[in-house]
Amino acid sequence: MSKTLLHLSGLTKAYPGVIANDDVSFDIGAGEIHALLGENGAGKSTLVKMIYGLVRPDHGTMLLAGDNFTPAEPRAARAAGVAMVFQHFSLFEALSVAENIALGMENPPKANALSTGITDVSQAYGLPLDPERLVGDLSAGERQRVEIIRCLLQKPKLLIMDEPTSVLTPQEVTTLFTTLRKLKADGTSILYISHKLEEIRTLCETATILRGGKKVATCDPREKSARELAEMMVGGTLNSAKLQKTTLGEVVLKVSDLSLPPQTAFGTSLKSISFQLHKGEVLGIGGVAGNGQDELLACLSGEVRTAADAIQLNGVSLGHMPPNTRRALGVLAAPEERLGHAAAPDMTLTENAMLTAMTRKNLSHSGFLDWPRAEAYAKLVIDQFDVRTPGPHSAARSLSGGNLQKFVIGREVLQDPEVLIVNQPTWGVDAAAAADIRQALLDLASRGAAVIVISQDLDELMEISTNFAALNAGRLSDARPMAELSLDEIGLLLGGADAAA
Amino acid sequence: MDLSAISPTLLVASLMVAATPILLAAIGELVVEKSGVLNLGVEGMMITGAFSGFAAAVLTGSPMVGFLCAAIGGAALSVIFAILTQYFLSNQVATGLALTLFGLGLSAMLGQSYVGIKPPVSAKLDLPLISDIPVIGPILFSHDFTVYAALTLVTGVWFFLKYTRGGLILRAVGESHDAAHALGYKVVRVRILAIMFGGGCAGLGGAALSLVRVPQWTEGMTAGAGWIALAIVVFASWKPARVLLGAYLFGGVAVLQLNLQAAGVSIPVEYLSMSPYLITIIVLVVMSTNRAKSALNAPAALGRVFHASR
Repeated sequence: MSKTLLHLSGLTKAYPGVIANDDVSFDIGAGEIHALLGENGAGKSTLVKMIYGLVRPDHGTMLLAGDNFTPAEPRAARAAGVAMVFQHFSLFEALSVAENIALGMENPPKANALSTGITDVSQAYGLPLDPERLVGDLSAGERQRVEIIRCLLQKPKLLIMDEPTSVLTPQEVTTLFTTLRKLKADGTSILYISHKLEEIRTLCETATILRGGKKVATCDPREKSARELAEMMVGGTLNSAKLQKTTLGEVVLKVSDLSLPPQTAFGTSLKSISFQLHKGEVLGIGGVAGNGQDELLACLSGEVRTAADAIQLNGVSLGHMPPNTRRALGVLAAPEERLGHAAAPDMTLTENAMLTAMTRKNLSHSGFLDWPRAEAYAKLVIDQFDVRTPGPHSAARSLSGGNLQKFVIGREVLQDPEVLIVNQPTWGVDAAAAADIRQALLDLASRGAAVIVISQDLDELMEISTNFAALNAGRLSDARPMAELSLDEIGLLLGGADAAA
Repeated sequence: MDLSAISPTLLVASLMVAATPILLAAIGELVVEKSGVLNLGVEGMMITGAFSGFAAAVLTGSPMVGFLCAAIGGAALSVIFAILTQYFLSNQVATGLALTLFGLGLSAMLGQSYVGIKPPVSAKLDLPLISDIPVIGPILFSHDFTVYAALTLVTGVWFFLKYTRGGLILRAVGESHDAAHALGYKVVRVRILAIMFGGGCAGLGGAALSLVRVPQWTEGMTAGAGWIALAIVVFASWKPARVLLGAYLFGGVAVLQLNLQAAGVSIPVEYLSMSPYLITIIVLVVMSTNRAKSALNAPAALGRVFHASR
């Protein structure tokens, strides 16, 4: 039994209306990779924020290597040897790698010494990185390296990693795990937050599971099955989405030689994308964020206009049409960003329903809006998709991520699209809601619609796709039947030419 | 019409003086915007500085006390903006506009009894021999101290932003306040200090106008200089060297058109008077036509409200 590095006892933190952490106690051993598991809203983030000094606990004590540990701010935590790699990277795009790293350090050395230090650490742990490059030009995996190196340069005793693999390709995950095992061998403790259970079973030796702010169990994840762990997280049994076997119909959507120059300074260009989509097909498009997912969705939905012939629906060219014209023809889309892109945060659900369903659901007559019908439609979405909300008068912002996502997807699905394009349909959504959303997409396909699912979650794509294609640096691979692909092949497709790195 | 009456040496020497108020205000605003705050109150802070500097110089008889009070006056007005936008999270655009109107009104009211008075003359650098060198002497070595102060400030800001840790933190805060907060930097404190620096610089710029360039006090005497300073910061894509260029260009055209008026060129005066504004903006817009590149320089969090509890 290794000795304890961090001892947490009775940690409690309440926010108005919700108790984020309720009497949580557990120990992290020295040189241990400790998993922290839980659904969204289980209180994982609040807990690590307390350890990192961003949030102060209401009650409870923390002991770091036997000493009282009450960090008032992240600096204090860093000085005590606690470092954190954030889920949403805390990086500055317009600054260089070296500048970003200097910002995360207490006493950064001079520019030259820092560059040498970065190169040394990056070689020692197999994380190649050029200190002079702008972070805005880096891939998600490389950005994460910046964060990790920033932490390692301070020789932490405890490294906290918040959902580190959610944006990585399988090969990058392997590289990361090698690095983490090396760190563990050097005596660094790691608190690893994730809800990818298979990863935790391969990497971690202890797991603490939170549910509704309370600790449910501390166990050895290698002795439990993924299903047992999941059920401890959810506190019930899980259903996984079932694909009803359907034969593919004729081609509905044809995309040929679709190219797009970069739209912003750090944007990705699309390079000659071609594919065909059949009735009843679910085409899964995988790829790490920033490889052209948003751009592809924008081209298909009509936010960005392209050459007319690049996109054809049943032989009708619509590359030059704006979104509402496409909606009238049956091409609907749900973008990734729920608040601000898929839904207007401060408008009610009725108003949000009006915004995209106006054309297909006849919610306006000669320029006047038919609010009663819009409200009825919003209610229909809420009922059919089990959206937990007081009613259609609630503002979109007031819904939790999972509930709003169910509303956003439901709003499009119930418009009976011929083609539905969704980007990251279950990003940040808890397991139960994610299963519902996937089932809804599959049901839509089995009714004869064609669905494109753009996602970074490989498990999700493997579960629901009929065909799979990978997006890498703006190029789309050929679509291949999902059933014929192995995980390694998928990884190589995702990594493109960089797969060897 | 006699264009030969226009001396190039005097033209360059006087454009440096003419550009100094705008240069001071613009370099201050550059720092503010680099920290992610858009303060549209530059005009108001300038005129407040112009008045408080003028009044202090007249009352004490010392131009240096005047400049000091001008900086304090501009900074004091900017503190109002800082408190409203950083603590009460008010809209930066609306608050900035209100600050301009408030500054113009306040200075007009307080300044009524100062109209028509002559301020004490601020000393010029007058090195024997060196200042008498033809061409170089009048251009480089015979200005009052504000010209040199402005140039020093521009160099200082450039060095601070590029080479110091404080400058790096300031840029980081303007780039992404959430990330900076997550790393434990005091976003609000950094921004308030930047806003006060911007206010002080604008105040100095105002005093350079009322104590050196004009030198007199009249109501509304900044006449849009603050707005031009704002435009210069944006079109210079937040680079100190380009701010210098923009300000001197504006000063140059302003002086040239005055000379042309005096020489009796047969272009209507109205066109000549608008030319500095037009030409400066056109040149800077052409320089920053590569949109992707100049967007890279724009502070990503510019004008966005920061609330720590998120």
